[in-house]
Amino acid sequence: MAALAEAAAAPPRAGAGRLRAVLPVLSVVLALMAVWYLAAIPMNAREALTAAERAGAEIRGGSAAERAGRSALVLAALNPGPAVAGAWTQERPRLPAPHQVLAEFWASTVGEEVWGRRGLVQSGSFSNRSLIYHAGITLGATLGGFLIGSALGVLLAAGIVHNRAMDLSVMPWAIVSQTIPIVALAPMIVVVMNSVGVGGFWPKAVISAYLSFFPVVVGMVKGFRTPDREGLDLMRTWNATRAQVFWRLRVPSSVPYLFASLKIAVAAALVGTIVGELPVQRGGLGARMLAGSYYGQTVQIWAALLMAALLAALLVWAIGALERRVLRAMGTRP
Amino acid sequence: MTLVALAVAVWLGAWALNAWLSAGERGRSAPVRAAVPLIFGATILLVWELVVRGLAVPLAILPPPSRIAATFAANLPLLWGDFVQTIVRGALSGLAIGVAAALVVAVLVDRFDWLRRGLLPVAGFMAALPIVGVAPIMVMWFGFGPASKAAVVVLMVFFPMLVNATAGLQDTTAMQRDLMRTYAAGYWQTLWRLRLPAAMPFLFNGLKIASTLAMIGAIVAEFFGSPTQGVGFRISAANGALQMDMVWSAILVGALAGSAIYGMIALAERAATFWHPSQRR
Repeated sequence: MAALAEAAAAPPRAGAGRLRAVLPVLSVVLALMAVWYLAAIPMNAREALTAAERAGAEIRGGSAAERAGRSALVLAALNPGPAVAGAWTQERPRLPAPHQVLAEFWASTVGEEVWGRRGLVQSGSFSNRSLIYHAGITLGATLGGFLIGSALGVLLAAGIVHNRAMDLSVMPWAIVSQTIPIVALAPMIVVVMNSVGVGGFWPKAVISAYLSFFPVVVGMVKGFRTPDREGLDLMRTWNATRAQVFWRLRVPSSVPYLFASLKIAVAAALVGTIVGELPVQRGGLGARMLAGSYYGQTVQIWAALLMAALLAALLVWAIGALERRVLRAMGTRP
Repeated sequence: MTLVALAVAVWLGAWALNAWLSAGERGRSAPVRAAVPLIFGATILLVWELVVRGLAVPLAILPPPSRIAATFAANLPLLWGDFVQTIVRGALSGLAIGVAAALVVAVLVDRFDWLRRGLLPVAGFMAALPIVGVAPIMVMWFGFGPASKAAVVVLMVFFPMLVNATAGLQDTTAMQRDLMRTYAAGYWQTLWRLRLPAAMPFLFNGLKIASTLAMIGAIVAEFFGSPTQGVGFRISAANGALQMDMVWSAILVGALAGSAIYGMIALAERAATFWHPSQRR
């Protein structure tokens, strides 16, 4: 009876626990939003005051030329009215307010696809001006490179665990490669592959694969080596072959390491793809950011950034979900 | 073609040598453990050189290592300027600011439970984001100079460092904290004498991650705009001119700087956390 009563009491308690977990996060996010809106006032003060002056308002703090030499914070404090009024509605603000970013995000995803002339509804294919199209390009290259890179990484790790010469030769270099900014290679790989006639998907996938390769190698070598002497001895008493030891002992015990390194690898792969999209402007979120920075379209950069963040969150979440499912299927508690 | 055949022979020979060296008891001695990776690295360079010369690969695609070394040596003053611009003014100053800020916030987060439950999930989320994408915005705000690079680096290193530092500050046992209480130690004394030292392994772990991120941030931010100096500028400018030997030299600067910074952090870690099981010999 007591157990039953406890079980009945459990759901609301779990709900309260969730609220206890969500409430602080929510308040921190809200506080960050408030800081963001406040910061937009001095950040955008110069443009706001110039616009207000053109519209005929009296601006303290001297002429436009004199204002250029003064700090934006002082100017915003001298003219609180026009600074606040013009802070959150500019066309090309230095710091767009959250609602502007969301509006641009909506306009360049749903708006562009549903109502745009080149959108999905009107033309039957994704508009090349929409963030969905660019995110698709980035996601494709990221996933392609990530799968290739992590598969090769697991293979090399298996080789390293089984071959001492490989271990001694390759492992120190794999560790050193973690300390150097490999992503600096990205523009070169893109340009070289373009000059031999390979463009689009493959250069970016190669960069992503390269970036996701080393974290997986290092993580999986550690993972394949987790079985201790006792476990290995037990396998030996069962007269297990090396293949059996690998598949039945090393692979299952490396699963937590696999997912930990896959999460790092997929984040690295996304960064690699975005950087790989900078040198050649043929679509993708990186190209979109660089175009925004060339033409001063700050809101467009922020919207692309938001899309990249959503993409990263989606990728990490997908791996986390896969991890929970695999661990549950293996009978271990996540 | 003979050069390519020679490359294959060199590869097979070196591999056989490494396999012989690392087999059995021989592979456990310290000199062998140091020699095997060096032989492997030298083999790769030699094979690269032979294949590029043998197949007459154009310079604009892949220069041989000897050519890269020559370019590197001939442009030392130029590359030193790039190093100072990107690594010292951009990456290291940003790293220092970001790590200091993360430590202060970590102490606050550790002190106030509300902050811990609110900020840590956000920080964990932010640590997985491609923060390097803020580079165009920072270049717009702080100009083409090193300030914008440092700003990108601060944002990139802050969250991983915060997550590690908070985890480190909580890595004391109830027994240790009780002991401090029996000594009548206050909050600050406990923090300074027990919890910060106990957090050191985590701090150094975070610092190692952050140092790599700092290099990436500083170099990639230069792709979005920089004065006519800097490792990232050199890479993108030489890349546009198809001077691949120069691109590789600039990448070499980044690689050397990254390994050197990492090495220094590892040395400091050995000195500061000599008591930790992972450092005992």
